Amino acid sequence: MVVNIRKLPDKPYIMPGNAACPGCPETMGLRYVKMALGDNVVLVIPAGCSSVIQGIAPRSGINFPILNIVFAAAASAASGMKAAFEQQGKDVHVVVWAGDGGTGDIGFQALSGAAERDEDIIYICVDNEAYMNTGIQRSSLTPYGAWTTTTWTGKKEHKKNVPAILISHGVKYVATASVGYPADFIEKLQRASKIRGFRYIHLLAPCPIGWRFDPGLTAKVAQLAVQTGLFPLYEYINGVFRLSPIARRYKDPKKRVPVTEYLKLQGRYKHLLNKPEEIRKIEEYIENTWRLIEALEKTFTEEGGRGEQVFRAL
Amino acid sequence: MPVMGLTGNYAVAHAVRLSRVEVVSAYPITPQTTIVEKLSEMIEKGELNARIIRVESEHSALAAVYGAASAGSRAFTATSSHGLLYMHEVVWWAAGSRVPLVMAVVTRAIGPPWNIHVDHQDIMDQRDTGWIISMAQENQEVLDLTIQAFRISEDPRVYLPMIVGLDGFILSHTRAPVDVPEQELVDEFLPPRRQPYVISPETNLVMGNIAPDDVHFLMRYSMAEAMEAAKRVIEEVDREWGKLTGRSYGGLVECYRCEDADYLAVITGSWSGDAKVAVDKLREEGIRYGVLRLRFIRPWPAEKIAVHAEGKKGVLVFDRAISMGGYGPLFSDVSATLYGSRISLEGVIAGLTGVDVKPRDFAEAMRRFASEVDEKGFVYKPREWLLPRKYRENPEKIREVARIWS
Repeated sequence: MVVNIRKLPDKPYIMPGNAACPGCPETMGLRYVKMALGDNVVLVIPAGCSSVIQGIAPRSGINFPILNIVFAAAASAASGMKAAFEQQGKDVHVVVWAGDGGTGDIGFQALSGAAERDEDIIYICVDNEAYMNTGIQRSSLTPYGAWTTTTWTGKKEHKKNVPAILISHGVKYVATASVGYPADFIEKLQRASKIRGFRYIHLLAPCPIGWRFDPGLTAKVAQLAVQTGLFPLYEYINGVFRLSPIARRYKDPKKRVPVTEYLKLQGRYKHLLNKPEEIRKIEEYIENTWRLIEALEKTFTEEGGRGEQVFRAL
Repeated sequence: MPVMGLTGNYAVAHAVRLSRVEVVSAYPITPQTTIVEKLSEMIEKGELNARIIRVESEHSALAAVYGAASAGSRAFTATSSHGLLYMHEVVWWAAGSRVPLVMAVVTRAIGPPWNIHVDHQDIMDQRDTGWIISMAQENQEVLDLTIQAFRISEDPRVYLPMIVGLDGFILSHTRAPVDVPEQELVDEFLPPRRQPYVISPETNLVMGNIAPDDVHFLMRYSMAEAMEAAKRVIEEVDREWGKLTGRSYGGLVECYRCEDADYLAVITGSWSGDAKVAVDKLREEGIRYGVLRLRFIRPWPAEKIAVHAEGKKGVLVFDRAISMGGYGPLFSDVSATLYGSRISLEGVIAGLTGVDVKPRDFAEAMRRFASEVDEKGFVYKPREWLLPRKYRENPEKIREVARIWS
């Protein structure tokens, strides 16, 4: 399946009056969601940047039906909505749009519950790697070394690998995506939309305010995260794992962009650019990440090309 | 109409079945568990065409039924005690959204220590949230209130969620004869679901994004207005149910032997029955009490209380909960209602943490209050303790037990 972005619907999904910051990756991502899935979508949004981006009621700057819900309950509210639509005989995509806190921290219990129950929803974690809405506090998905307003000398722990945890739940579909690669994200959304059951997409969303970079560079930073090998793009469908085509070349460490190219664009890493031992820790994290990717590839790729068949069928 | 021997929890389940609920979600907690078990069984056997979502927590349970209700389906959950406290955030969110919803609360004490027995601390903790809160005295009333709850909650004059309170074990696990109405009767009584809005691709609505503070203020104001409107709806629904089934309870309050009484005992929940037995006994002694049983805590039946209290010498309020550092929650509201009336008032804290209060205990407190009012003419005692009998009779024991934490 190849996505031609120009042929996708592009109504005014994100409208004037929305309250997003300049260079916001969330509005980019939201637009891609509707380009991929069309109008038969209801969003469930827990507390986070996207609760604010909608703008001021009774109007909304985002042209979606949205149920806003308390921080820890997005996956549960979405489960209930989906059940209601099913009871009414309606086939609607119920999509959770939650931040890294609403996904990996405060919302994690509800997420894990919904995943285990194999609820027929699409859960998108829009990961800007900190609690940006409240003013850039660290989350469990903030990467090692990053400055936040609660980690002034840099976070001491590595990023929690939520998509890998979701694969361990045995759900039907898990993918990683980046706002720097819209066609890839849209393709994944479309593939996910054809599957029944719990689907999880982890969307990397670099935040100019929280990461301290020029708001014109959001897509660039989102691409560099992939090109440095920090954030591999992949899909897992029903027991079959594969690296996404645009990310395959970064399996080879020699083809990766040096991580400092990524770090030096972002003020949140300013304090460690002159500390080789800190950079080394981040490079080690990349190596470990790819070790896990290789293990997943090995574990979830069947002989005889079944993997490609699964993907081509969707 | 068949009369079945039903526990309070099974009465809830049958009412949910008859109300044609479409989505159920709950997390098991004693003593609510058998509601969920029975509903699971009904759904799996095809007796109830509903989806059941077996969530991982109470917070998720209420969020799930809230999501279902927002999408236009009749939905139900049930919980108790710590489960109710855990979902408290969503309790507020659901009410503020004005989405009709029904929840059974099987009342139970709050720890520590762990304690599964009845008191009203959990349900009283929800007073400010915007849910209509009812309390049943017996299992028949549990069934009737649960069916009525959907009707009240979905009334366009109300559009607020409703809690049906039933006392843990005393009702939830005690079997009693319950007249279970036919489906046709309930269908006639309960119209198809109505709600102020539905979130769906067709409606393209957004619920809950930031609003200007003054708009939010008006939303709160309109909830309070809806609570006032609910008073009339509750009375109407009670009368209509009475016409259909022969069972009318008096709406917001039930008054037992009030007319010729000199004193009123204000109370709510299953132990009201014991208070009534005490009242009968005191009549033999020439002390004339009536029992004003509050069937609804929210909306607060202020007008009804004022009318029934008029001309009485004194009102004695029994609370099975306490606001620490303050008073019993019912007492605070009764006191506000009767301000300026010169009726003697006393608040009694009793029956906390499942400690049984027998008719003779009620009689003791009633007798004491009546004689004090007769002696002094006017009494205002906001917080009196009816300690467990063994500590009343032997106060030395209090110090023995208190040594544990002092």
